[in-house]
Amino acid sequence: MKKVLLANSSALFNAIKENATLYIPVDLEKGRVAYKKYADGMVMSDALKTDRSAKDFFFPQTENLMEFKVDGKNIEVIDTRSENEDFVVFGVRACDVRSLEVLDKVFLAEPVDTYYKNRREHGVIVSMACSRPTETCFCGTFGIDAANPQGDIECYKTADAFYLDAKTEKGKALLEKIAPVLEDADDTAVNEQKAEIKKILDKLPLKDLSAEKFGKDKTDEFFNSPEWKNLSESCLGCGTCTFVCPTCQCYDIKDFKTNTGVQRYRCWDSCMYSDFTKMSAGQPRLTQLERFRQRFMHKLVYFPTNNDGMFSCVGCGRCVSKCPISMNIVKVMKTLGGKE
Amino acid sequence: MTDLREALIPTVCEITDVRSDTPDVKTFRVLTLDGKKPFIHKPGQCAMLSMPGVGEALFSITSSPTNTEYVEFSIKKCGCVTEWIHGAEVGQQITVRGPYGNGFPVETEFKGKDMLFIAGGIGLAPVRSVINYVRDNRANYGKVDIVYGSRSKEDLVHYQEIINEWMTDPSINVHLTIDREQENWDGHVGFVPNFVKEVAEKFDEEKKAKTTAVLCGPPIMIKFTLQGLSEIGFSKEQIYTTLELRMKCAIGKCGRCNVGSKYVCKDGPVFRMDQLDALPDEY
Repeated sequence: MKKVLLANSSALFNAIKENATLYIPVDLEKGRVAYKKYADGMVMSDALKTDRSAKDFFFPQTENLMEFKVDGKNIEVIDTRSENEDFVVFGVRACDVRSLEVLDKVFLAEPVDTYYKNRREHGVIVSMACSRPTETCFCGTFGIDAANPQGDIECYKTADAFYLDAKTEKGKALLEKIAPVLEDADDTAVNEQKAEIKKILDKLPLKDLSAEKFGKDKTDEFFNSPEWKNLSESCLGCGTCTFVCPTCQCYDIKDFKTNTGVQRYRCWDSCMYSDFTKMSAGQPRLTQLERFRQRFMHKLVYFPTNNDGMFSCVGCGRCVSKCPISMNIVKVMKTLGGKE
Repeated sequence: MTDLREALIPTVCEITDVRSDTPDVKTFRVLTLDGKKPFIHKPGQCAMLSMPGVGEALFSITSSPTNTEYVEFSIKKCGCVTEWIHGAEVGQQITVRGPYGNGFPVETEFKGKDMLFIAGGIGLAPVRSVINYVRDNRANYGKVDIVYGSRSKEDLVHYQEIINEWMTDPSINVHLTIDREQENWDGHVGFVPNFVKEVAEKFDEEKKAKTTAVLCGPPIMIKFTLQGLSEIGFSKEQIYTTLELRMKCAIGKCGRCNVGSKYVCKDGPVFRMDQLDALPDEY
């Protein structure tokens, strides 16, 4: 266990910045919180969550996949990728750390998505224990422990210091590189904080939300439930839930004509949208009920079926706080039978 | 073959032959720029074709893997990408990636079986790949019946190949049908599902038991054909079909071609009917 006094936090950030591009959560206007590239004097936000998760660093909202030059009947494909730079994301909460494991199951499965893999290899995750989990949090439902956030380096922020503990080889390597700013520490303060966090977790309103009834091979039990009608009735199909979700990974690939050629880019897409599955030959999910059902069946049943029981929800609560009609996965789980 | 490590980046190929099959279906031969087959595939697999700036779409490979010279795609004009492809001439370059999907189990479950091929309209495209594979490995399979139908005589895809090669092959029986009477047609008239039932009803019990059916066509045709086959004693384990859903990546990641927990692009597109029955009815 290492520590850095909060009074020296800029020394810590600068030491990391010497080795890699550093991103930290920062308070913006109107209560917004986002990761920003660290610059001297920047203050780290103490907010529980960034508005958007760390997913963006590995699977950005839009990215250029390749370019083409078209000349008459001829086509040239150009791989436009440049070498990935090393980067560190500091202050990732336990739920978002797990979300990267969920995304790994998709993008690192054969055939590997090299765009994602390169970023994963170059990125170091410094997690941050949640000293103040809140009422929309339910990471515990999926076996995530806000007091043990994992990542490459596990970090705790107490009243006077950051405590850092390397969890992976990548994490160890970074701590070695910034050793001059670190002091040795025992884990007394960290254990105290863990106990405090545990007390808060035990009082959270969603602490008893259970995912036990969902999971692997439960398609038949839930697919034809009459409850989907009521649950989906007021869904606007706006896709906000998918865009703030740290595990949603559906994407679209589109071509864009530039002055010099064609860019083929990918961008996030949403199963909540009516044209998501629309083909010239027809549309398998005609109604919002079907699209709504797809999203939750995927997170609670299909994904676990294909991934040894791992759910593709991490209980971050972003959809709970952002849905304009206050519908969310918690209500779906409670209604379909995961009642407290 | 596409390097799977760079799965989304396609290879530039060239259209070397274009054939008009029907008023809205053309068949395209595609080769790499140095004149080779772009990949080695299994019957029933698909590939992504694209024209930069227009878009990318998935097509079944209609040629048989036993064809050592080229691969072919039979494409019906029905959207942006297909409309562009229909306008393409010989010499036009096009990007290709694949092959994708599982394909038909021609080397395992189909071996030694009597084959009943059933197709409607452009549904012949993937089935033709299996038919020609079976013809080129004739000793490995039993009797072959092909039931193929379309709206009119002009809409029968690969008509020349059917009459010149399949119908002249004494080892296979071809049964053609069109939806409505027309001049210059003295063959069967009527929809595919009833015609299949008529043909297969004549099979004795022993033959029925050792027949495997391969079925591809519009959803409504599939539905009624299945009903008919089950009425005359076929089990779901004897029937295979191939699905089509919207895809962007074709490698199980973009998230849109799933039926329940299965992705059509990598777990399909070929499904045995009993496997398909176990999935939610959402295709």
